[in-house]
Amino acid sequence: MKLKQISVFLENKKGRLWEALECLSKSGVNIRALSIADTSEFGILRLIVPDPDKAKKSLEKARFTVRENDVIAVGVTDRPGGLAAVLKVLSEADTNVEYLYAFVAKSGEKAVVVLRTENINAGIKALQKAGIPVLSPEEVYSL
Amino acid sequence: MIWNKKAECMPRQELEALQVERLQAVVARASQNVPYYKKSFKDAKVKPEAVKSLKDIAKLPFTAKADLREGYPFGMFAVPREQIVEVHTSSGTTGKPVVAGYTRSDLDTWGEVVARCLTMAGTTKDDIVQNCYGYGLFTGGLGIHYGTQKIGATVVPISAGQTKRQLDIMIDFGTTIITCTPSYALYLAEAAEEMGIDRKQIKLKAGCFGAEMWTNRMREEIERRFNLLALNIYGLTEIIGPGVAHECPEKCGLHIFEDHFYPEVISPDTLEPLPEGEKGELVLTTLTREGMPMIRFRTKDVTALRREPCACGRTLVRMERITGRTDDMLKIRGVLIFPSQIERALLQIKGIEPHYQIIVTRPHHLDEVEVQVEVSKKVFSDEIRHMEELRRNIEKHIDSSIGLRVKVTLVEPKTLPRSEGKAKRVFDRRDMKE
Repeated sequence: MKLKQISVFLENKKGRLWEALECLSKSGVNIRALSIADTSEFGILRLIVPDPDKAKKSLEKARFTVRENDVIAVGVTDRPGGLAAVLKVLSEADTNVEYLYAFVAKSGEKAVVVLRTENINAGIKALQKAGIPVLSPEEVYSL
Repeated sequence: MIWNKKAECMPRQELEALQVERLQAVVARASQNVPYYKKSFKDAKVKPEAVKSLKDIAKLPFTAKADLREGYPFGMFAVPREQIVEVHTSSGTTGKPVVAGYTRSDLDTWGEVVARCLTMAGTTKDDIVQNCYGYGLFTGGLGIHYGTQKIGATVVPISAGQTKRQLDIMIDFGTTIITCTPSYALYLAEAAEEMGIDRKQIKLKAGCFGAEMWTNRMREEIERRFNLLALNIYGLTEIIGPGVAHECPEKCGLHIFEDHFYPEVISPDTLEPLPEGEKGELVLTTLTREGMPMIRFRTKDVTALRREPCACGRTLVRMERITGRTDDMLKIRGVLIFPSQIERALLQIKGIEPHYQIIVTRPHHLDEVEVQVEVSKKVFSDEIRHMEELRRNIEKHIDSSIGLRVKVTLVEPKTLPRSEGKAKRVFDRRDMKE
């Protein structure tokens, strides 16, 4: 099951990240998970939000360059080796991971890992085959 | 369409005879009535009578912008001040402005040559011309205005700026012809898109774009976005303002109105005239100006002249679109580069918007060029790898197409200033004082 992620292009300029988050706050968008990939000149802010369309629209209105794409969310037991098991499956299926980030659910029992594989469908298929639970958007938003 | 068939399609021989006659007259007038020319001819030991043929023009000294400044404000006028009915000035960004004076007959000539330009773009008295060149001391606004009036089209003298109002009026009035700088045309297109304006609401059929350098790619972009015919207009305050030359729909160079302006192309190094087709600095002589004759004025604009016949039927010489200025040619690590070359390379890459800035620095006694490129939605990716690839591809493409190593920086769209007049693209921050 695919999850929608919002990416925002950010120049390395003072206050730019704050401006992006302030924009989301003003339009009442809550952030479930976020990561920032950065180079010396620019960064890419990646967000999981319950209402991606709304987030995209309000960011675009504030003149940010925004892109929506699919990622995979999996639930991982919060214990040593939990994430390693997931990556082992993908590695054995010969599926490259472009990037990933993780957050721990409120209950504290499970960690959620957001994954971007080179080929999303191949990634999902490999995970499901190995019995690793791929979370639906609703499951992620309700965590 | 041709406004003045007799003048624009005159057989070359006849035209050249007319040019000699007019050249002799203007040289005589200038040396008699303008102290500057009296002195410069004397210093060059040349008498006005020495001009017997067009070739003889090479015997006369050049006039540079700095010479005109010395005569500020009215020192270059060839008629008593009371015969001057209008003045304009250059922007004066690099010092005292140049003052141009027009007699009544000069204004009439100005209207005539601009009417020829607008007609090349298909303007007739049935058209509505939205003139977004600045009105005032700048020659752009009023020059186009006089030409439009000469044709009898309806002129909307809206001047520059107020983008939303420009678009509202364009739609409400049903504007068919637009005149502005090419970068402002793109700015308007962007604004229209942002405001969600349906292209069908805009009735533009052609535009005369000038007052700054632009490329064919920019032309395609303007034509695509507005669905119109985009043509190049050329002129300068010192000579008359807009209306020195204009492109016909054949798009193979700008026809210079040679019955009023005599062009030469010289090497900026040796100052010798260059053979036809070779690139160099454009030098212009006014053949009919009364108020302020210009003899061999060095425009600093880089172009080449072509005399082979044009399919449009005009016999007038054509100049290539301006590809640089002899004074904004960048010398990077010893190599001469025009910013327009970088632009052309940039625009060959899919998805790249024609908004960029070039910053030249010399951090460790070596020139470095940074090209800031806007990341449009079309090229943005959530993966750093792809973005870095894009950056490197642009760098590689610029290097392979013009042989210049640059550092490309990706910036957010709309962070580069959109100018409403001439776009400032190059920032030379090298400290050359040492």
